[in-house]
Amino acid sequence: MDHLDELEAQSIYILREAFARLKKLALLWSLGKDSNVMIWLARKAFFGRVPFPALHVDTGKKFPEMYAFRDRFGKEWDLDLRVEPCPPIDAVDPTLPPAARSAARKTEGLKWALNKYGFDGLIAGIRRDEEATRAKERVFSPRGLEGEWDVRDQPPEFWDHFNASPPQGAHLRIHPILHWTEADIWAYTKREGIPIIPLYLAKDGKRYRSLGDQDITNPVASTASSIDEILDELDNTKIPERAGRALDHETEDAFERLRVAGYL
Amino acid sequence: MNMILPTASISATPNGTTRPQVRIVIVGHVDHGKSTLVGRLLHETGSLPDGKLEMLKAVSARRGMPFEWSFLLDALQTERDQGITIDTTQIRFRTRSRDVVLIDAPGHAEFLRNMITGASQADGAVLIIDALEGVRSQTRRHGYLLHLLGVKQVAVVVNKMDRVDFSADRFKEISDEISAHLIGLGVTPTAVVPISARDGDGVAEHTPRIGWYKGPTVVEALDALEPAPPLAELPLRLPVQAIYKFDDRRIVAGRIESGSLKAGDEIVIMPTGKIAKIKTVESWPVTPVNGPQGAGRSVGITLDRELFLERGDIIGHSGQSPRDTRRIRARIFWLHDKPLTTGEQILIRLGTKESRATVVAIEKAIDPGALSNEENTAIARNHVGEIDISLAQPVATDPYTDNPRTGRLVIEVNGRIAGGGLVLSVDAGRPAVPIDIVPVESALRPDERSARYHHNGAVIWLTGLPGSGKSTLARALERRLFSNGGSPILLDGDTFRAGLNSDLGFSPQDRTENIRRLAEVATHLARNGHIAIVAAVSPSTADRAAARRIADSAFREVYVATPAEVCETRDPKGHYAKARSGGLPSFTGITNDYQPPTGNELTIDTSNRSVSDATDAIERMLATTGILFDELTDLAANI
Repeated sequence: MDHLDELEAQSIYILREAFARLKKLALLWSLGKDSNVMIWLARKAFFGRVPFPALHVDTGKKFPEMYAFRDRFGKEWDLDLRVEPCPPIDAVDPTLPPAARSAARKTEGLKWALNKYGFDGLIAGIRRDEEATRAKERVFSPRGLEGEWDVRDQPPEFWDHFNASPPQGAHLRIHPILHWTEADIWAYTKREGIPIIPLYLAKDGKRYRSLGDQDITNPVASTASSIDEILDELDNTKIPERAGRALDHETEDAFERLRVAGYL
Repeated sequence: MNMILPTASISATPNGTTRPQVRIVIVGHVDHGKSTLVGRLLHETGSLPDGKLEMLKAVSARRGMPFEWSFLLDALQTERDQGITIDTTQIRFRTRSRDVVLIDAPGHAEFLRNMITGASQADGAVLIIDALEGVRSQTRRHGYLLHLLGVKQVAVVVNKMDRVDFSADRFKEISDEISAHLIGLGVTPTAVVPISARDGDGVAEHTPRIGWYKGPTVVEALDALEPAPPLAELPLRLPVQAIYKFDDRRIVAGRIESGSLKAGDEIVIMPTGKIAKIKTVESWPVTPVNGPQGAGRSVGITLDRELFLERGDIIGHSGQSPRDTRRIRARIFWLHDKPLTTGEQILIRLGTKESRATVVAIEKAIDPGALSNEENTAIARNHVGEIDISLAQPVATDPYTDNPRTGRLVIEVNGRIAGGGLVLSVDAGRPAVPIDIVPVESALRPDERSARYHHNGAVIWLTGLPGSGKSTLARALERRLFSNGGSPILLDGDTFRAGLNSDLGFSPQDRTENIRRLAEVATHLARNGHIAIVAAVSPSTADRAAARRIADSAFREVYVATPAEVCETRDPKGHYAKARSGGLPSFTGITNDYQPPTGNELTIDTSNRSVSDATDAIERMLATTGILFDELTDLAANI
């Protein structure tokens, strides 16, 4: 078993635990490289079909290429796709800095979807290496009634034993690829032949390393125009993955505030 | 459409994924310098992203503090404000020969559960000690927990040597004390390294200030730690996670914890001892897969025969299967606020198996920090102990020394993990199920019986509220089928509770077991050509679904949907009256925990139908679903 095999086997184990132990699951599909890998892993775990809905919490501000990707692969992968809208910006905490506030619409959209469907488990494609507060996450992460994350009181989680009993009305976030790195995602995408959105590949000296809303995501300087070149670039770069995400740079704790409130 | 589609060829694994990867946890008493060491390690190995150093300087300056390495990992505001690491975090860097995943674990006693969360994933550990303060209770506690978690490789780092003037004597004193402690626990330190994490002495380089020290630097010590040994050499252990029937395949899914398997292997399913052969190893997108699948793989297999197995069972090879038991002796650590006491009801998780259990005895209870023996009726928070557990159901397990993967358990309280530990011994307390049992098939073929009875074997499951008319209907149906030459057998829930199931109460777990036994007996009868008529409230959808899985294609579910008010008026056994007066707790009907079926073959409301009319309906359903034959044609076909 090589390194990618180990990552895959562990993620499949987590997905199957979630499916076995929670009643109403959904998988959050943000259309990016990580959640595409996650859907691929779910298809592996369940022998070709994803036995729960794929939820796209849509800000309406994604790139056209992302919508095209969703519409095509939602069908090709036979997903039970649920597209849920986000509330307008006025509905969001006005004390947040602008980009964080814009991103927080997604938290609200997520809460609406949770209320609408009563999911007790949300599978999300976050990774520890993306960002410092995500590094603190559990694989099965309990959320409060409002979707909030209590970082001071996380349950113990060891030997792949997960806490899977959310309190009534609350839910769990399940993170099957928490232990992957950005390079792992690309190496696996290549190995498995998972389709990607071309915005990740360099054009005119720039590419997106992380895809979010159009208004708060910027490309980074790059000449990597294939997955192999991306892997070479990651081997040598010291630029953090989320460098192009505006909200990470507004204030020291903008991202933590968002995550505690229920953001991904 | 503008998307990039896969190209056919898949080349070798790219850079950065072929080097061995080791996971290393950094533990030690609060303020002994874990986070500082991690920051320093990242800096010295060139692993910090651009701008991070500047950001840390800015963050430190804004707080009016000297430069603080620990802000790198202590990303949370609360952590920065209080200057402590609350939760575990993970970060990567490379040494000369391997990729290291560093797990930074909190030292504060309050957050021992987080330290354990981090340490349980580690191949090795770095135990850090402040040269000035020396070995503290938390140092000893962490040493003990590493031992308990099975982390065998421990490198000790004596930090803040600058504060003791780089004294070789002080270093030796601490080195001797901690080595004696660890060796006493069965852990030999791989190295003891004097350093000053803040200034970098001994981290990646030897500096003149510790010129007297000739051993490895921290980076060299990490370079020498080995990845976890493969588990492929041990006997096969495949805990069942789930059984999937998304199409015509019935796939048993799980992760191979040890050993390996391939199509054609003869396996035994524990704790029931059922035997089967692996027909195929299923996969996606290409299936089936050939060749052996080894430890660590998440797989799906199909079997050569229809057996009832379920989540929590463990699959092994014949002759090398795990033991089944209802008694376990375990060494555990306890993390819950409320002490664990003798007689307490707990929930045990062993692999994917969950069972209620009782703490029969607490043999030892110690504070691993103070290493003092304490009273042996309770284990306090953050303490360890040895306990005897009696399980409500048989489970399959191995002693930890035989198999580290299947020999460990966690304890859940109120849906949250509250402790965990190692299986020391498996005391069956009764003979283990002999694993060489082979089910004996009947001398008669199913069609021989069918020809005589004019029906196929079936399980007719009547579910509904107490008083809905299940038993009445069941008896009428029994009489009708018998009159027509058939072989019906009544299995009444209450009758079973008086005998076979008299050891069961009315908790959800006991109700589940009650239904399971009814379903197993009924299925046995159905397989032998009889029509088993089960009359049981069976309020839980999940329990009935389990019964359907056991009986499989022979199952016919009839929902006796008489309205609750009507049932209560009838009250044939006086239960409603008793429940209303509080004399029958957990009585289905008043407490209203009945979950009506969906997907049942027939629904009957006895408030508006006569008994014979309802019996007709059941008979018609049995005819249209292939249980009862059209007598003339099918008899002819059988001649």
